Amino acid sequence: MKPYLAQARAEIRLALTQGESLLVTIGIPVIVLVGLSLTKALPLPKTAHSATDFLVPGTMTLAIMATGMVSTSIATGVERSYGVLKRLGTTPLGRSALLLAKITSILVVEMIQLAVLAIIGVLLGWHPVGNYLYFIVAVILATSGFSGIGLLMAGTMKSEVIIGAANGIYLVLLFIGGIIMPISALPSALETFARLLPAAALSEALYQSVGVGGNIPVWVWLNLVIWAIAAPVIASKTFKWDQ
Amino acid sequence: MATIEVNDLYIAYGEKIAVGGVSFQANSGEVTTILGPNGAGKTSTVESVEGYKKPSRGSVNVLGFDPYRDLPKLTSSIGVMLQNGGIYPRMTPLQALHLFHGYYKNPLRIDYLIELTNLQGTLKTPFRRLSGGEKQRLSLALAIIGSPKVVFLDEPTAGIDPEGRLAVREVIRNLKSQGCCVLLTTHELDEAQRLSDRILILDNGKIVADGSLDDLMSASRGDNIRFSAPSGINLSELSRALDAIVSEERAGEYLVSTPATPDLVARLTSFLAGKNIIVGDIRAGRSSLEDVFFALTGKPIESESQPTSFGRKSRRSR
Repeated sequence: MKPYLAQARAEIRLALTQGESLLVTIGIPVIVLVGLSLTKALPLPKTAHSATDFLVPGTMTLAIMATGMVSTSIATGVERSYGVLKRLGTTPLGRSALLLAKITSILVVEMIQLAVLAIIGVLLGWHPVGNYLYFIVAVILATSGFSGIGLLMAGTMKSEVIIGAANGIYLVLLFIGGIIMPISALPSALETFARLLPAAALSEALYQSVGVGGNIPVWVWLNLVIWAIAAPVIASKTFKWDQ
Repeated sequence: MATIEVNDLYIAYGEKIAVGGVSFQANSGEVTTILGPNGAGKTSTVESVEGYKKPSRGSVNVLGFDPYRDLPKLTSSIGVMLQNGGIYPRMTPLQALHLFHGYYKNPLRIDYLIELTNLQGTLKTPFRRLSGGEKQRLSLALAIIGSPKVVFLDEPTAGIDPEGRLAVREVIRNLKSQGCCVLLTTHELDEAQRLSDRILILDNGKIVADGSLDDLMSASRGDNIRFSAPSGINLSELSRALDAIVSEERAGEYLVSTPATPDLVARLTSFLAGKNIIVGDIRAGRSSLEDVFFALTGKPIESESQPTSFGRKSRRSR
């Protein structure tokens, strides 16, 4: 327990003191939420009553993707390439406590992100409606999926490659993840492809659960569950602890 | 039973055999040093004792456990100093010490470790901005913070500053006096000679010598005379005159492989006087570990000025 607590504290501190990481986890989602809510520069779904109905769940999706995938992959990739993971292997911390500490850190950062975006959303006129239980379940499933993708990258790629790849995927999913505009606004082939990825599923789940209070389609749950299981399993099978 | 027992250890990477049948023991209260040129199999050997590598064949036992299989049972009793540091690049020494302090049941006091490894001036500097020597000293402090029974130090003095060198020696002396088993790898003869109770010389994945410093010295060529004089003395003529083998080790540096009796020194000086050769100096002495190493492996040990293998740049070039 004591090693886990020490590790979780360290992981949280590292996550909250990394400037570039805070930019993608909090800075960009806030800028996108405020900027697009005020300018209404991009199309909204027909079911949205206001821009924030769509943009608050959208930027929450962006935030969860940033923490689970971008920050986790870059930080863990650096730890692997610097031999940190190898060094921790011979301490009493153990791999399961290390993983648990990382999950704790991700959840703590996410709570901060979601709180910041919700508060700014409300200030911009957002009225959350819907099912908070679905919201929480969707966030947890997506966190598992995105963190699995992050650890898959961290455990198999060189740290220089990870930085480019993670930020690249972040940027692509920003456009085709139902985050800044609905995927229905995309060409239909791209829309079908987007539905296979976890970002569009999460943004749809959050939009329906706290944006407009609608029903969450089956494909969304299926998508989230498959990614939540498959990504961490593949990551754990392929993870190389030592570079 | 010895603290560390290694029997017929083989480690192969595909076709390449890095370690080919190594056996040795290391005891508590002693410093056992694995000495060898780069690529001799030192790190592979030590990493299998640390539990990082599964032996391709043979057995390894540390404190009664198989380190690869039972690593979780050993982690609270061992301390590891890796060549590459293995510390979060953005973490300061103080944060790293607090973190590792949290891993162990009976850790050493942080202020004691800071003083011991002389880290006072660096406590708030991120690891990646520390000098090579500061990184090594922090890594050493973290290796011993859990009061381990067995400590592994992989090239602890590679690229280190003089301050760090002193800290390493001081720490190793402390560990020994507390009954710790220290397994050290180095390619620096001077450190090996100074610190070790027992030296294993590893070459091409095999142990070519195993014993105390005295054992190794007496098993080798023994005593000798060195002198400096202008290069180009006729060696076969001088060898005949002295009835001993003379070699020119470097230009102008000669080695006479025989004990320095008064008679021999007299014959040497008269030979040189007869040729009107001006002698720089004549030194009688025991053969050094360097001579032993050279005799056993047929190659000189590398110089000390190796690049420190911190960071990603040097890692890639390996």
